[in-house]
Amino acid sequence: MADIASTTTPSRSWYKRNEIALTPWLFLLPGILFFALYVIIPIFQSFWISFHEWDGLGEKTWVGTAHYERLLGGDRKFQVSFWNNIKWLFLYLLAIPAGLFIALLLNQTVRGIRLYKSLFFFPFVISQVVVGLVFSWFYLPNDGLFDVMTGWFGIDIKGGVLGNPNTATYGIIAAGLWPQTAYCMILYLTGLNAVDPEQVEAARLDGAKGHKMLWYVILPQLKPATFIAFVVTIIGALRSFDFIAVMTNGGPFGSTRVLSFYMFEESLSEFGFRMGYGAAIAVVLFFIMLFFIAYFLYSMYRDEKGAR
Amino acid sequence: MHKFLKASTAALALAVAATGATADGHGLSGDLRIISDMSNPAPRAVMEKMAADFGALHPDLNVELEIVDREAWKTQIRNALSANPPDVVNWYAATRMTPYVDAGLFMDISDLWAEPEFEALSSTKGAMTLNDAQWGVPYTYYQWGVYYRKDIFAELGLSEPKTWEEELANCQAILDSGRKCYTIGSKFLWTAGGWFDYINSRTNGYDFHIQLANGEVEWTDDRVRQTFANWRQLIDMGAFIDDHQSYSWQEALPFMVDGEAAAYLMGNFSVAAFREGGLTDDQLDFYQFPTINADVANAEDAPTDTFHIASGAQNVDAAKEFLRFVTSADVQSEINSGDALGQLPVNANATISDDKFIQEGFEMLSNNASGGIMQFFDRDFPAEMASVGMEGLQEFMVFPDNLDDILARLEDARQRIYK
Repeated sequence: MADIASTTTPSRSWYKRNEIALTPWLFLLPGILFFALYVIIPIFQSFWISFHEWDGLGEKTWVGTAHYERLLGGDRKFQVSFWNNIKWLFLYLLAIPAGLFIALLLNQTVRGIRLYKSLFFFPFVISQVVVGLVFSWFYLPNDGLFDVMTGWFGIDIKGGVLGNPNTATYGIIAAGLWPQTAYCMILYLTGLNAVDPEQVEAARLDGAKGHKMLWYVILPQLKPATFIAFVVTIIGALRSFDFIAVMTNGGPFGSTRVLSFYMFEESLSEFGFRMGYGAAIAVVLFFIMLFFIAYFLYSMYRDEKGAR
Repeated sequence: MHKFLKASTAALALAVAATGATADGHGLSGDLRIISDMSNPAPRAVMEKMAADFGALHPDLNVELEIVDREAWKTQIRNALSANPPDVVNWYAATRMTPYVDAGLFMDISDLWAEPEFEALSSTKGAMTLNDAQWGVPYTYYQWGVYYRKDIFAELGLSEPKTWEEELANCQAILDSGRKCYTIGSKFLWTAGGWFDYINSRTNGYDFHIQLANGEVEWTDDRVRQTFANWRQLIDMGAFIDDHQSYSWQEALPFMVDGEAAAYLMGNFSVAAFREGGLTDDQLDFYQFPTINADVANAEDAPTDTFHIASGAQNVDAAKEFLRFVTSADVQSEINSGDALGQLPVNANATISDDKFIQEGFEMLSNNASGGIMQFFDRDFPAEMASVGMEGLQEFMVFPDNLDDILARLEDARQRIYK
């Protein structure tokens, strides 16, 4: 037997011959398996459920695209949620310039600067739920600090910031910006460490200073940090669930809902368990996210190609 | 079966005697798994004692009690009932049972209700009935009504209103004294549901209210509009505290405790909170929601909390015995007493705590609620209608001018939900 084996496989086994090609896949295999199990397959399950009427307990009934027709054909809750999502997306991006500004401010050698940096970073460390709670006290009508402060200027927001459907979403976004700014700041602080001092020196010899220095010399070198800040901020805006749940619970009269919160309400909350409709919302949210993620992947790909 | 019935009647008699004499021959053994949502401190102690007492009565039975957070249980019950179900669970009466009854997760216990002992529970039988069968037993209920500051009423020379006119006149007097008539915190919506229950049932009667809950009446119906018109009288007067959409029901309590508002439409569970807030029984009193339409009988909100047997229960005999135990007159008197739950017993033979609010509530529900007993907006209306509805009610309380839009939206939801 041993003779036959040694004659048919000359000296190296099949695995040995393909080792270079196979090994990466072997290492990737557990990751791929779990990614498929917990991410890819559930995505398709969501698609499947969204075509059914299902209360999570009994039998599923096939309803075809009825959920999507209702969703896109004038469901007011959906429209409110969608526009709130758009508001979140754009206003949340303010965290990037704000983070950059603070990072530039803190990027100097002063006694105790580490302490200041960690203080500025603090809101990102504490839980979003705590931030939301603190801000909802801050916004309380009559007794809240914010209401007292606007009172100095003679402005009275009817119902308090979070009780007024015109201001509530902005109030929550402002609360969300606080930790998000800190996050962007830390990204820029690390980015600033990597700025090449020789280039700065050279620019200075050429007479660049102030905002010209910032715009033409520093910012281009911060591009990777900006990119990451952009990605985490967009994703953060689309995931804005905790703040809404803690601060307004979607109210007043549903004016602060976003898609993720609406999805939760329909499918998993106390009065929910309409899994099909919730899944349909999830699918729409998935495609919105996919649009952004595809754009980022594409621009990353383009940059890498350009670098070569 | 007959023999078992006899044995359990004997057990019941023992329970009623409630002594340590547990040397009995009936064979309940194995495990009894109970999942309870009585997670607040006082109910928790009651539940734990109840389980321990039941275990003492049945030495061969191992009672396993698991207490789950009350809010969390509202979403966990589905998983608990479908995978590895316990024997006994807590839930709520009326339409709130529907999903579990329809999915076959609650056991039909009509045979239990056919036993003579259950005659004493007949007042709650309707709330436990779906599809002509009974699906659980109640263990406690509590009245709703207007809790008010007696001292403020005395200061202004007001008396408890019996009619809507008196109510409006009272409210005007309170407003003139620089206070608000009612405090309310509508952030979590359900408090507005209480107001709707009362004004609608007082305006159009219990039957109409239940028809609306069952989706048989359009929300744009003139009778519904009349309800909102009555409600609007109070809103336009400025009867409710400002910015109530920013407060939870607890956050709205200080307005009454501090005397900035004179009354609160609430369930009896609020009494404990008022007392904790420092109001004495000399300052705090209770009256039944006034009559609006003299032609309809008064209906009252009195939400009932319940026990059910899971259809996948392993130890059905023990579970049924536990339900008999819970609803027996003696246990009912004990768990609903002032230093336990402080609510109303469901068994007609049980003694009522001598707490003045419980006494008044019992009196009201026994003699002055001939219209019917409502379970509360979010238990009488199906879940989706309740959530859309309460959101509309909150919006109405803040922007009454949006009424047409709100009603159109609710009607839209009604046509979709009840098919």
